[in-house]
Amino acid sequence: MEVNEIIKPENLVYEKPRLMNENPMHYCPGCSHGVIHKLIAEVIAEMGMEDKTIGISPVGCAVFAYNYIDIDWIEAAHGRAPAIATAVKRLNPDKMVFTYQGDGDLAAIGTAETIHAANRGENIVIVFVNNAIYGMTGGQMAPTTLEGMPTATCPYGRNIALNGYPLKIGDLLAQLEGTCLVTRQSVQTAAAVRKAKKMLRKAFENSMAGKGTSIVEFVSTCSSGWKMTPEKANKWMEENMFPFYPLGDLKNKE
Amino acid sequence: MAEEVKLMKGNEAIAHAAIRYGVDGYFGYPITPQSEILETLMAEMPWEKTGMVVLQAESEVAAINMVYGGAGTGKRVMTSSSSPGVSLKQEGISYLAGAELPCLVVNVMRGGPGLGTIQPSQADYFQTVKGGGHGDYRLITLAPSSVQEMADFVGLGFELAFKYSNPAIILADGIIGQMMEKVVLPPFHPRRTEEEIIAECPWAARGKTAGRKPNVITSLELDPAKMEENNIRFQAKYRKIEENEVRYEEFQCEDAEYLLIAFGSSARICQKVVENARAKGIKLGLLRPITLWPFPKKVIAAYADKVKGMLSVELNAGQMVEDVRLAVNGKVKVEHFGRLGGIVFTPDEVLEALKKNFEL
Ligand SMILES: Cc1ncc(C[n+]2csc(CCOP(=O)(O)OP(=O)(O)O)c2C)c(N)n1
Ligand code: SF4
Repeated sequence: MEVNEIIKPENLVYEKPRLMNENPMHYCPGCSHGVIHKLIAEVIAEMGMEDKTIGISPVGCAVFAYNYIDIDWIEAAHGRAPAIATAVKRLNPDKMVFTYQGDGDLAAIGTAETIHAANRGENIVIVFVNNAIYGMTGGQMAPTTLEGMPTATCPYGRNIALNGYPLKIGDLLAQLEGTCLVTRQSVQTAAAVRKAKKMLRKAFENSMAGKGTSIVEFVSTCSSGWKMTPEKANKWMEENMFPFYPLGDLKNKE
Repeated sequence: MAEEVKLMKGNEAIAHAAIRYGVDGYFGYPITPQSEILETLMAEMPWEKTGMVVLQAESEVAAINMVYGGAGTGKRVMTSSSSPGVSLKQEGISYLAGAELPCLVVNVMRGGPGLGTIQPSQADYFQTVKGGGHGDYRLITLAPSSVQEMADFVGLGFELAFKYSNPAIILADGIIGQMMEKVVLPPFHPRRTEEEIIAECPWAARGKTAGRKPNVITSLELDPAKMEENNIRFQAKYRKIEENEVRYEEFQCEDAEYLLIAFGSSARICQKVVENARAKGIKLGLLRPITLWPFPKKVIAAYADKVKGMLSVELNAGQMVEDVRLAVNGKVKVEHFGRLGGIVFTPDEVLEALKKNFEL
């Protein structure tokens, strides 16, 4: 097909989501954050909720999420997003409220805020990007770092005797009465992206239907932190992360 | 209609005043000697009357971040705690100041450091007025010395916080929180409507309506040149607050040869000291800072030309005295008297300290 053919409206197969702006992203090539942002922007727009949505961005690589999706945002202190979202939603029950958090933010420094918001069944969505490492600060060990996986603060690999076990916080959250949906997704293939988007939409719908807390965990890569090419990182994730953090619904209350 | 006078604790007065002032949300965690604030709110169930949200948080850290979230949406939100809990809130307070969000914090101080004691103290003066969290910021600090002021400063605190888009704090202590006095509660204000909130807080994150840019609440700015600009803006605001919002009370200062400087419960005790001293022929006055920041430095500096000495009387090892000395700038002798760790001085002890320090 010629270029002038390709650009005809009837041949359009894909568009940049309406809510994503032109700001150049600071994410590394191949990073999962960008794809997950895109899904969030699409779901909010498709639900027609952009004028009612408030996002809570974390401390972590996604701290600047507010630079890319044109909705109202509140930037949180490290780990505190679920407490912030709790108040935003309780004080403004007609708004759609979500947090966006990395594994260090959600499962280390913010564990208490995460568990208690979920246990209260706050009507919020928690988007959880589990890349098994601290991306932003240069690749240190995260609570979710796999056994034997090297990072800047466990250069010889995570040692259970020294560092304890990788934390399956998703499984823990699924045990809480307050959660209605805890699902583990990924975005490394087109099929995975489609599935993840469906679950993300469900999570946002749950929050507006008052069903409780929905958590969408994205098992993700961090090619820079892992010191791999994006392609190799995807493969490594499939071979090492998926067996320990199996994809699928951990809980899906109807 | 005659005003209805009620008898209650300072902590209870704060809770009732919050409901009546039309506060949208309160988030707290129990700690003595201020738990009555949360308990009273839970017993009153204001969510059924005014729609006010009240939530017991999992920690003081969570509570102050709930305040940060609520304030980010333009709501009138508050939290309260006592010293160890307020230490935990410092990160959140710094973020609130950095994001220029209005809110009200209450600290009903107890003796420290550490877990310390549950008895009253004024040892968090430095933490409050010098910036307990990180960065160059200031907290509008109101120091009540009666149950009436506990009630009144809820409204005043929110008024100043919203006027300047800055957190405000009521710095009370276990005596003011726990003692019962008569109080006239403020009249009922309805909570603001959605339209009123948007008009008052056009910056608030309430959902991006068509035709405006996204509202982003953040304290982050990685470009140091811009971060310096932000800081310069904060400092200009702080100078304006120092210019316009200083509050203090003078008690028998006109002909005073010596001056006591005291805030909160210490000032109540010092009123008695002034009476006792005058009965013995000592011309003593009391200056009570009501705003600890902005500190009434100009009026104190003016008294430095008139009096022979000043005694800063505090339930701590000498904190406010440093600000008194800065204001006086060496013009007159300034001494400190205090008791520590939850012990409260008697009027006689204060008078003895005055006599000893100034050889009266
Ligand atoms: C209180 C506090 N402690 C530490 C930091 C430094 N810090 C910034 S991001 C981060 C870790 C982020 O890792 P993660 O949540 O996994 O997100 P990622 O960057 O991998 O997306 C840390 C420790 C901070 N900003 N604040
Ligand atoms: S450091 Fe890792 S998580 Fe951060 S942007 Fe780069 S690839 Fe993504």
